[in-house]
Amino acid sequence: MDKKTSLPLEGITVLDFSQFLSGPSASLRLADLGARVIKVERPGTGDICRQLYVSNTEIDGESTVFHAINRNKQSYCADLKNEADCTKIRELIAKADVVMHNFRPTVMQRLGFDYDSVKAINPSMIYGCITGYGNEGPWKHKPGQDLLVQSLSGLTALSGNAGDGPVPMGLAIVDIFAGAHLCQGVLAALVRRGISGEGALVEVSMLESILDFQFEPLTVHWQDGGQEVERTKSNNAHPLVGAPYGIYETKDSFLALAMGSIPQLGELLGCPALLEYPDPATWYSQRDAIKAIIAEHLLTGPTSQWLPALEAADIWCAQILDWNDLLNHEGFKVLDMLQTVERGSGVSYGTTRVPIKFGGVREQSAIGSPAIGEHNEQIEQDLL
Amino acid sequence: MKLPLEGLTVLEFSQYLAGPYAGLRLADLGARVIKVERPGKGDACRQLATKNLYVEDDSLVFHTINRNKESFAANLKDPADVEKVKQLIATADVMTHNFRPGVMEKIGLDYDTVKAIQPGIIYGTVTGYGKVGPWKDKPGQDLLAQSMSGLTWLTGTADGPPVPFGMATADMLCGTHLAQGILAALVQKGRTGQGTTVEVSLLESMIDFQFEVLTTHLNDGGRLPQRAKVTNAHAYLGAPYGIYPTADGHIAIAMGCLQNLGKLIGCEGLVGDAFAERDVLQEKLAAHLGAQRTQHWLDILEPADYWCADVFNYARLMEHAGYKTLEMDQLVKRPSGATVKTTRCPIRIDGERIFSDRAAPVLGEANERLEKEVFNG
Repeated sequence: MDKKTSLPLEGITVLDFSQFLSGPSASLRLADLGARVIKVERPGTGDICRQLYVSNTEIDGESTVFHAINRNKQSYCADLKNEADCTKIRELIAKADVVMHNFRPTVMQRLGFDYDSVKAINPSMIYGCITGYGNEGPWKHKPGQDLLVQSLSGLTALSGNAGDGPVPMGLAIVDIFAGAHLCQGVLAALVRRGISGEGALVEVSMLESILDFQFEPLTVHWQDGGQEVERTKSNNAHPLVGAPYGIYETKDSFLALAMGSIPQLGELLGCPALLEYPDPATWYSQRDAIKAIIAEHLLTGPTSQWLPALEAADIWCAQILDWNDLLNHEGFKVLDMLQTVERGSGVSYGTTRVPIKFGGVREQSAIGSPAIGEHNEQIEQDLL
Repeated sequence: MKLPLEGLTVLEFSQYLAGPYAGLRLADLGARVIKVERPGKGDACRQLATKNLYVEDDSLVFHTINRNKESFAANLKDPADVEKVKQLIATADVMTHNFRPGVMEKIGLDYDTVKAIQPGIIYGTVTGYGKVGPWKDKPGQDLLAQSMSGLTWLTGTADGPPVPFGMATADMLCGTHLAQGILAALVQKGRTGQGTTVEVSLLESMIDFQFEVLTTHLNDGGRLPQRAKVTNAHAYLGAPYGIYPTADGHIAIAMGCLQNLGKLIGCEGLVGDAFAERDVLQEKLAAHLGAQRTQHWLDILEPADYWCADVFNYARLMEHAGYKTLEMDQLVKRPSGATVKTTRCPIRIDGERIFSDRAAPVLGEANERLEKEVFNG
């Protein structure tokens, strides 16, 4: 790595009041892009995510997810109900470039850190916030939680097969997109500030973010007379796409087939029934029947029998990997996406790296997640 | 309102979804985005229809991804056209492409060449699996990237097959990361005047997406994810996290105290280790919740501030005031009068929603305009 490469956001300071995943995933990206990210945490418990255990795994007494989301950040402990602490926070605001939070609407107003108050202290501030469902309407007080937003947004009709009922996507996809959009908005506002000096208010909501993610099926829904999305009976991988698009079981494992010509597949797989579908329009209209034929046929042989013939013909296909397969594969190793980071306590842990390269370099930061208030002294020394 | 990226120009050589989704966001935020497309066919996405739906000669998907952009038709195999593209590049701030490694070098629009014309350019590229290694020539396609990333073992239930996310998740995350990288590079360029390359790939974006659960995997002795046997919503969360059938529909229940839940809904014996015993617990809960209608349970759980929600399809979502208040949809128009109803930018700036009624461009609609503006034709 070229040590002289400066990261794009070097010199930018972010004061992050957010908790859990949506906001902190945005500030993780800003940290990876070079910003100094300061988590403002309350005494005692800090970010609630520290105690949000998944699968009973912990590192250094706190949840693995907290460590994944908050590496490469500093922690400033402050009691926002204590006036002396608030005075210090106001002084930090005067020095920061970005403030962000994901409290429910009105909480920051009560604390005196809403946009107008912050702007009065620092007129060129970029102020970012994430809500569940926006600041207005009947859902404004509803908990902004990933699974709940997935369920209300129509997203659960996209995965799984026709008879399965609603199937949620098995990761916090709403949090991730809301955080990614907040990050985009904050960055765009920083671009404008660089030109005009203006600050900005940047707002995203989890519901709007996951609707943006569904721009394809929503636009189809409106164009198509309000029909609901229909998954295929079997092997669904995208409810708007025709056969063969899906994951199929073979005699010994599974393989994925993306878009491709059905008769050509028939020839390559030795499956004459597929030759009956020469008209591409039928690949959508008769996709259930076509998928059933492919599924039955692929079960008769192992993946190693099918893949080489398909790959040689440049058919879009892949083997289904699990993490052990992936992490041991040369194609993954060459990406250099993993790193070990170290906490102030000396405890180290493995995690992922930033997925964006600048100037051909993937930056590395060996700094782990902070303990609550670990950096109070340093931050006060540097900034106050 | 002055949008944050007003005055910036993006040249989009990218096709399909990942790169153009980044271009769409930059356009939403105020940039001028010009698609550079081959004459005749243009972006291959124009002919890639889902559900066989077209508006005028272009697929509805193309319209969805490319609203609010311009189109310049140029044959990159014709030196005269490449010369014009170079003149365009000299006026641009950003360019993106998703050609396979080596293609732009052959055309003569690789980063080093372009940098000589426009030193401040931000040069963004999307690949499937990076530019080196055994997968570099593998087709960079969404379902394949999902399948290879391990993601398909997170959705669905324990005894079921791998289940992909039913939308182009790798493309969209990758486009999101490309936009982030470009914007960060623009921040830097504002201070130093320096351009740079920004590289993303579908697979790396899928790894980043799984960062929480992969971090657990890397620190729990390498265990693989275990989906719940019933009502799975997240392999790494304990009961009651899931979607449950009711007498007339479904209810989603997020994390919360089991004992409290049992008391509220009158489900006896809902006790045990929320993670280790979640299959038994979730089966018990499913049997109990199935006896009453969704609204019955919501009326009990919502006042107690227990995290739950109804499960909507699009029709029910759109008739709800919680959706209507967002004003998330907009009508975009072509000069011909053709219209498409689609979504708007999900980011609000300075308290305002961002709308733009400009539809996706007809292939080459900007050629004449650019002749006058850039080539003095």
